[in-house]
Amino acid sequence: MTLTYLKDVVTLSFSPSKCIGCGLCTMVCPHGVFAMKEKEVQIVNRDACMECGACALNCPAKAIEVDAGVGCAAAIITGWITGGEPSCDCAGPQKKSRCC
Amino acid sequence: MSESNCCAETPACCWYTAAKEVQTVSTTLTTSDMLGAWKVRWGFGRMEYMVEPGLYAIGSPDGNAPVLVSANYKLTFDVLRQSLSGMDCWLLILDTDGVNVWCAAGKGTFGTEELVSRMTQTGLAEVVTHRQLILPQLGAPGIASHEVAKRTGFNVIFGPVRARDIKGFITAGYQATREMRMVEFTFWDRLVLVPMEFVPAMQITMPILGALLLSNQFAARPFDKVDITAYTGAVVTGSVLTPLLLPYIPGKAFSLKGWLLGLGWVVSLLTLSRRFAKGNLLRSAGQVLLFPALSAYLAMNFTGSSTYTSPSGVKKEMERSLPLICTASILGGIMLLVSHLFGRSKKQ
Ligand code: SF4
Ligand code: SF4
Repeated sequence: MTLTYLKDVVTLSFSPSKCIGCGLCTMVCPHGVFAMKEKEVQIVNRDACMECGACALNCPAKAIEVDAGVGCAAAIITGWITGGEPSCDCAGPQKKSRCC
Repeated sequence: MSESNCCAETPACCWYTAAKEVQTVSTTLTTSDMLGAWKVRWGFGRMEYMVEPGLYAIGSPDGNAPVLVSANYKLTFDVLRQSLSGMDCWLLILDTDGVNVWCAAGKGTFGTEELVSRMTQTGLAEVVTHRQLILPQLGAPGIASHEVAKRTGFNVIFGPVRARDIKGFITAGYQATREMRMVEFTFWDRLVLVPMEFVPAMQITMPILGALLLSNQFAARPFDKVDITAYTGAVVTGSVLTPLLLPYIPGKAFSLKGWLLGLGWVVSLLTLSRRFAKGNLLRSAGQVLLFPALSAYLAMNFTGSSTYTSPSGVKKEMERSLPLICTASILGGIMLLVSHLFGRSKKQ
C-alpha cells in the first residue's frame, strides 16, 4: 500500500517556461513528483511532495520553488514555542535529534 | 572495527592528503557493531555514535575508483560499507554531527559547504584522477549539484536512495531504476522507528502512573486495573500500534488515525469490563474523551519519523487537530479527576 498525506497542501510551484529539461528534478525527488513526458518535465503527483526541497535546490534554471522544511509535529511545536524556524533538534542544544 | 574508530589508536590517520595513509575499512560487521546498532535504535548513547569524517578506502582503490559520499552517522556508515563488499572505492565521509544523510541534508549540515571543504581538506582532487562524485539521492535536499560542479570541477551523480542498490547502480553504468529512486515506508521501516516513539512516551507515562497510584490514597474512587490498562493501552496504541498499522487505518491525518484506533481500544476495553453501567458513566466518559486524544497526540508525533509528510501538511493537520485534542483532554481529565476524588465507590 502506498501512503499519501493530505491533499492540496504543498507549496511546490514549477515554471515550465524556465525549465531547460535537464531532468535532475525527476532524479532527486524521492516521491516521483516530477516525470519526463515527451521531453518535457511535468508535475505528475503533486500531493506526494513532502517539501524536502531537493528539486528546487538542484534545479540549475531555478524553475522550481518550494517552501522546504521538516514535516515533524514536534519540530513545528518547538518552532511555535521558540518563535524560530521548525527544527529537528527536538531535544535542544545537545544536538540530539529525536525525530530523525 | 570498534566504535571508537581509527582515531583512538592512530590520531593521524583521519586527516591526510596522500592516498597511502587513508584508513581502509572492513566490509563486514562485528558483534559489537551490531550490538551498538541495537542500542542506538533503543535510544542509548545515540549521540556517541559517530565515525570520524574524512576519506576512507574500501578494498584497494586507485585513482580511477569511484568516490562515494556519505554522513558520519555510524549506522549509515556500517550499512554502506557492508553493501560495498568486494568493491574498490573511496568513501568521503562528511561531518553531520552523527546524523543520517537525509535529516542532515534537510538541516543543511550534509550540504554543499561541508562537501566542498571536506574535499579540500582530504585533498580528494589529488587522490583521484577522475572528476566524479556519487552522492546518495537523499543528500539532494542539502547539496546543490551545479554549485559543487562550479566550485570544485567535480560532477555530482545522485545514486540510489538505498545503499543496497549501489552495486546495481554502478554496474548498470550509473543508472538507477525508478524503484531505486523512491522512498518507501514499509512495515519494517516503521517497526525500526517504533522504539524512538515508545521509549520517550513511556518515560512520561511511568511517573504519571506512579503519581496516580499514590493519589489513590486520597481518592474516593481509586483508579483500578481497568483504568490503568486503559491508559497504558492508549499510550501503546498511539506510539506503537498506529505507526505499525499506518496504511491500514482509515484517514490521512496521523492524529485521526491514532484517535480512531485509541477510541476502538478504549470503547472495547470499557465494554468488555462492563464500565458503561450506571455509577461508572462519569469516569468512562472521561476516559473516552481523554485516552483517544492521547493516542491521537502520540500518533501525530510520528509525522516526524515518517518519510512522506510535508511540513505544510503537518501544520494543517496540527491546526485542525490540536484544538480538538486539547479540549477533549481537558474535559476528559476534569471528569476523571472529579470521579477519582469525589465519585462514590461502586458497591460490588
Ligand atoms: S520538494 Fe522534494 S518531494 Fe517535493 S517535489 Fe521536490 S524533491 Fe520531490
Ligand atoms: S531540474 Fe529544473 S531545469 Fe531541470 S528538468 Fe527539472 S525543472 Fe527543468
